[in-house]
Amino acid sequence: MSMAQLLQTSATARIKPRPRGRWLPYLLSLPALLVCIAILVPFVTAAVYSLQRYRLNLPYLRGFIGVDNYIDFLSDPAFWNTLKISLVYTAVTVVAELLFGLGIALLLRRPTRFHNAVSIMLLLPLMTAPAIAALMWKLMTNPSFGILSYAVSLLGIHDFKWASDPSTALFTVVLVDVWVYTPFMMILLLAGLRSLPRQPFEAAALDGVPASFVFFRITLPMLTPYIITASLFRLLDSIQQFDIIYAMTQGGPGDRLMVFQVQAYLEFFQYTNVGRSAALLMILWLITNILSNIFIKNWLRLRERAHGHA
Amino acid sequence: MEHSSLAGRVFRGVALALVLVFFMFPIVWIFLMSFQSNEQILRIPPRILFEPTLFNYQALISGQLRTTAGNLEISFMRNLMNSFVLSSAAVLLALLLGVPAAYAFARFKFRLGETIAFTLLSFRFAPPLLVLLPLSLYYQQLGLNDTYFGIVWVYQLIALPLILWIVRGYFEDISPDIEHAYRLAGHSWREAFTRIAVPLAGPGIAAAGLLSFIFCWNNFVFALILASADKQPVTVGALAFVTASGIQYGQIAAAIVLSVTPTLLLALYAQRYLVEGLSLGAVKG
Repeated sequence: MSMAQLLQTSATARIKPRPRGRWLPYLLSLPALLVCIAILVPFVTAAVYSLQRYRLNLPYLRGFIGVDNYIDFLSDPAFWNTLKISLVYTAVTVVAELLFGLGIALLLRRPTRFHNAVSIMLLLPLMTAPAIAALMWKLMTNPSFGILSYAVSLLGIHDFKWASDPSTALFTVVLVDVWVYTPFMMILLLAGLRSLPRQPFEAAALDGVPASFVFFRITLPMLTPYIITASLFRLLDSIQQFDIIYAMTQGGPGDRLMVFQVQAYLEFFQYTNVGRSAALLMILWLITNILSNIFIKNWLRLRERAHGHA
Repeated sequence: MEHSSLAGRVFRGVALALVLVFFMFPIVWIFLMSFQSNEQILRIPPRILFEPTLFNYQALISGQLRTTAGNLEISFMRNLMNSFVLSSAAVLLALLLGVPAAYAFARFKFRLGETIAFTLLSFRFAPPLLVLLPLSLYYQQLGLNDTYFGIVWVYQLIALPLILWIVRGYFEDISPDIEHAYRLAGHSWREAFTRIAVPLAGPGIAAAGLLSFIFCWNNFVFALILASADKQPVTVGALAFVTASGIQYGQIAAAIVLSVTPTLLLALYAQRYLVEGLSLGAVKG
């Protein structure tokens, strides 16, 4: 628990519990501890399932098979497809949202009343449930009356099938993800930009330093902690994306959008293969766990800055 | 500041206009669609000006939809109520469990506390299905499947880390000296907690509660797995409605509008705290 120590050592004065009240913090955190345990039990169960041959429709075949579920993945094209689609989806959405979000944050940087109103309006897509957002875009891309289908037909592109065409399905769900989550990047980076000290920028302006130099040598380096935290946040959510893809196409057409969690959901409910589903989720957890450890370190640093202490 | 040239100002204006159109258009368009009849929606080219009708909302609220193919029952109001019940109960439970724990983590130095706080934080980033799928099997054995309590319990996965970490930050920002002085005057820790610490952290607790409500409301996957039709919130209900009603586009649009209105209003009301909530307390707006 190196992070715990980090937090503890940088903490300011805390009440030293008197001998009589030594049980107090434990009592206060007991309910939270119970929730922790209640979540850990199914988590450990999933790890155990992943080492079993376990199919709901064939319960008598159930038994330990070691890491066979994992080894099977190595020679399974469906697994490599899932890994590839998940990584591509994550990379494209996070990069697009970072660039787009940073651009908008720079546009809204000066805290005028108009800029603040715009930044609040842009939060609305982010506060829309992602599954509902997918339905909104489904209505707009409907082949018979969707406004966007109509718009591309005006551009001379007929028969653009959005999410139901394998060649444009990924683009369509990425578009929805970008619509929902770019404001997340924007709002965190905007908060970061506005918290930067003014002196370096005033000095640069006095010296007539070119804008591109200011951006790459002053703004970007100072903004880096915010960029890293916001991007890791998005990376972690994006690689686990389920709502948008499930609501839009349920992983289709074919296996075109079979990201980790959609694939695991179908393995469980459609093929009732609990062991395989659990193994798939364990691999996803391994990836997210590595990412979240990096994330928490950066997040703690920002947190300290916001609170002036731990 | 940096760009004061005319070209720069024009560029910024155009860019901002494009940004606003991209992010606002879907909301505006679906809102307009919810006041149109199916014939109006299917008209090509689409028209901006049309005679608005409340028919879609009437159908959703009455739960009866008369079509040429017959009468269709819609239980969308039930979904809406479920969303309110599930999200409110989840937030209340999370406040009850989370605020005392947040206080303990902020005021006392103990190893178990840090372990709990960081474990819950790391759950926030673990794949939800990893916990949900085995849990659904446990729930079947325990009889918790398809119960409000069972769903509210898993909502703690979203609400508790948020409340714990945001409220902890607020408690840490309050100087312990105030409570020290109060305690020295002969009051118990419980009085110091309820009369000094909680009121001072009040705005933070309220903000964390509102934000958890929004995130619970917007959740999709938990109820998809754990709830049957009569316990489903709007997120799952709207999708089921699309599958069931197929071509009733006007009602689908109206259902979408009703589903997002509560969270959008709350978000506007709590916008001052959104940055803090979205970053789990790490960035202040």
